Amino acid sequence: MNFDFSDDQEEIRHAVARLLDGHTSFEKSHEMLDESAGFDRDLWAKMAEGGWLAVTIPEDYGGAGMGAVELAVLAQEIGRTLAPIPFGAAQYLAIPALVAYGNADQKSALLPNLATGQKIITVALAEGAGFAPGDVSAKVVGGKISGVKSPVSDADVADVAIVAAQDETGASGLYVVDLKAKGASVEPLDAMDPTRPQSRITLNDVAADQLVGADGSAINRLIDGAAVLVAFEQLGVAAHALDISTKYALERTAFGRPIGGFQALKHRMADMFAKIELARSNAFFGAWALAEDDERLPEAAACARLTALDACQFACEESIQIHGGIGYTWVANPHLFLRRGWHLKAMLGPSTIWSERLLGALKTPETLTKKAG
Amino acid sequence: MDFSDTPEEAAFRKDARKWLDANATPRDGSEKLQDAFMANTPEEVTASQAWQKRKADGGWAGITWPREHGGRGGNEMQQIIWNQEEGNFKVPPNIFVVSSGLVAPTLIAHGTEAQKTEILPTLLSGKGVWCQLFSEPSAGSDLAGIRTRARRNGDDWVINGQKIWTSGAHYSGYGILLVRTDPDVPKHKGLTMFIVKMDSPGIEARRIKQISGHSSFNEVFLDDLRIPDSDRLGPLNQGWRVAMTTLTNERYTLAIGRSVGGMRAEELIPLAASVSLNGCPAIEDNQVRAKIAEFASRQRGMEFTSYRIMTALSRDKEPMIEGSIGKLLLGKLRQEMAGFALELTGGAAGIGDSPTDQTGLWRGDYLTAPGNRISGGSDEIQRNIIAERILGMPPEVRLDKDIAFSDLK
Repeated sequence: MNFDFSDDQEEIRHAVARLLDGHTSFEKSHEMLDESAGFDRDLWAKMAEGGWLAVTIPEDYGGAGMGAVELAVLAQEIGRTLAPIPFGAAQYLAIPALVAYGNADQKSALLPNLATGQKIITVALAEGAGFAPGDVSAKVVGGKISGVKSPVSDADVADVAIVAAQDETGASGLYVVDLKAKGASVEPLDAMDPTRPQSRITLNDVAADQLVGADGSAINRLIDGAAVLVAFEQLGVAAHALDISTKYALERTAFGRPIGGFQALKHRMADMFAKIELARSNAFFGAWALAEDDERLPEAAACARLTALDACQFACEESIQIHGGIGYTWVANPHLFLRRGWHLKAMLGPSTIWSERLLGALKTPETLTKKAG
Repeated sequence: MDFSDTPEEAAFRKDARKWLDANATPRDGSEKLQDAFMANTPEEVTASQAWQKRKADGGWAGITWPREHGGRGGNEMQQIIWNQEEGNFKVPPNIFVVSSGLVAPTLIAHGTEAQKTEILPTLLSGKGVWCQLFSEPSAGSDLAGIRTRARRNGDDWVINGQKIWTSGAHYSGYGILLVRTDPDVPKHKGLTMFIVKMDSPGIEARRIKQISGHSSFNEVFLDDLRIPDSDRLGPLNQGWRVAMTTLTNERYTLAIGRSVGGMRAEELIPLAASVSLNGCPAIEDNQVRAKIAEFASRQRGMEFTSYRIMTALSRDKEPMIEGSIGKLLLGKLRQEMAGFALELTGGAAGIGDSPTDQTGLWRGDYLTAPGNRISGGSDEIQRNIIAERILGMPPEVRLDKDIAFSDLK
């Protein structure tokens, strides 16, 4: 047993952190925020060059063939640096779905191009706040998909999407859909985090290529895996929001001393830290359960998600508070974290959903009784 | 990271389970809840000592202790495995947590060879139960402000003063005692640590009744107590440094120990299913469900945080970060969970006296939790530690830092 990243994983972290630190900055994030400029293509190219878009893609398809823990290391750094690239939906959901359920043709058509960054993929699960198989009403009839998916990350720049829908029999499934095909339209939404654009996709009889075997329970398993990886991204966001807060609290003086010396703020920052570390402990277990395909993944994922949601929102909100008036301004940095935090919350839904998933996973007879009506 | 056993760890687990099967009875849910570190009756003290002796004879006490001191010479992961396995059995409260979690590391770090050779084996065998005589009526969080005074007299020290909140003093054979040896220097610089036999003339322990109804801690009066200089633990006037070793170990001992045992969040599920709320079983209420899930996720996080403490220890790192976090989060979680259970059952009003009455267990937990938030460094002190030592925030204003203790008002 070992409950921390290994030395090799730490090396990966340092390498990707170097790259991301060299190509991200608050200034750049603010530029993207003001221009709603899609994504950072320079950084994207550098990530592709370094092989960082292909961490979990099998070697046969041009990837590194590494596991979920290595991807978790990466996710944490993406969160920390607020990297404005179409990373999460592709890496946490679309690629795992393709790797697990794609046939040889689907894989060779997509994975090598995703590894080089030449193609961009996203995933379209949600139809409003719900995103689980039971919430989906998009329909596939005779190999053609119709429905409205929203919000969808990165659809404005993506070539392809993995779309959740029901077939004629009402069974849940995942389908590869070409977003440039006739009948597909992508309409940008006013995103909470403009550095991570969101869209509404409308599909009218668009050709849909099924990922055979990706049924309802498989989709739930993919969602659990994504929750663990998003938790690491949330930890990166939250820890950096705390970091800018402690720095500011040392610089800013009031009543003749740095405000970081006042217990009202010291203790708040200690609470931010404690929530982050509690969530990290759960996320570690989640990453292990995901990498090992352990039967406790649903429980581990829900615990990671619930505590990461809490830690991230608390850290981002209190970061603004600690910065005072300047923290409430557009040109300041704290709201970059708040916005990214909400993006990550919207990506897989709020705690109410994950509470139910956790109770379901605890598998006591009583939890199987759901509230009627 | 790897949450599964290596082949060696699996073999260790098998051995541990085999020994426990042969020497203890598995838990069946009828156990009376108790504070896992405290004995409330003389019978529990005897039982705890007997269990410790049995473990020592079987080679299961002092799993991480060096062989030269009678331990197993094992690693922290084996300790986790042992704790997990022992947790499945009905065992007496472990009154040796102070002895082996706090006193032993202090002795190993600061004791003379003679002290180690004499004392460590008695810690393992359960013969010597130890307490920690630190806090005083006027010095709790500000521990360096203690007033108990030691004056040199030949080869002895003569000690007068009063200690308080001393857990288990009434059943301990020995204590480590922090006293002031030099009042004419600033408060941190004039302290010294001693080893004391609790049956020495001049010591009187009086039990204090807590809000839980139990009396696990004491006030201890020291009246012309004589201690030979050979029982000094560490250098003269270096007692603060020695005490820091004890307190650091206390934080993560509490964080590790309390995260296993006690009430589990899952136990709220059958409880909520058995009571009615707004005309339905409470478990069908969405707010109740969300609360139970939140508690479960926090409790899992605590458990894995305790594993991270052990990982840090196994890498020879001092797990200060995880220790303070664990200590900070535990008491509050316990308080919230137990309070929630009492709200569900209406148990605040009155309960039956069956030892297995769930409501009674939760009420016991609720009345124990406030102590968890204060003992071993209060929540507020843990927040100061995190903010100052980890986040680099300015230290508290200390107006008495450079003033001789004797000049303080």
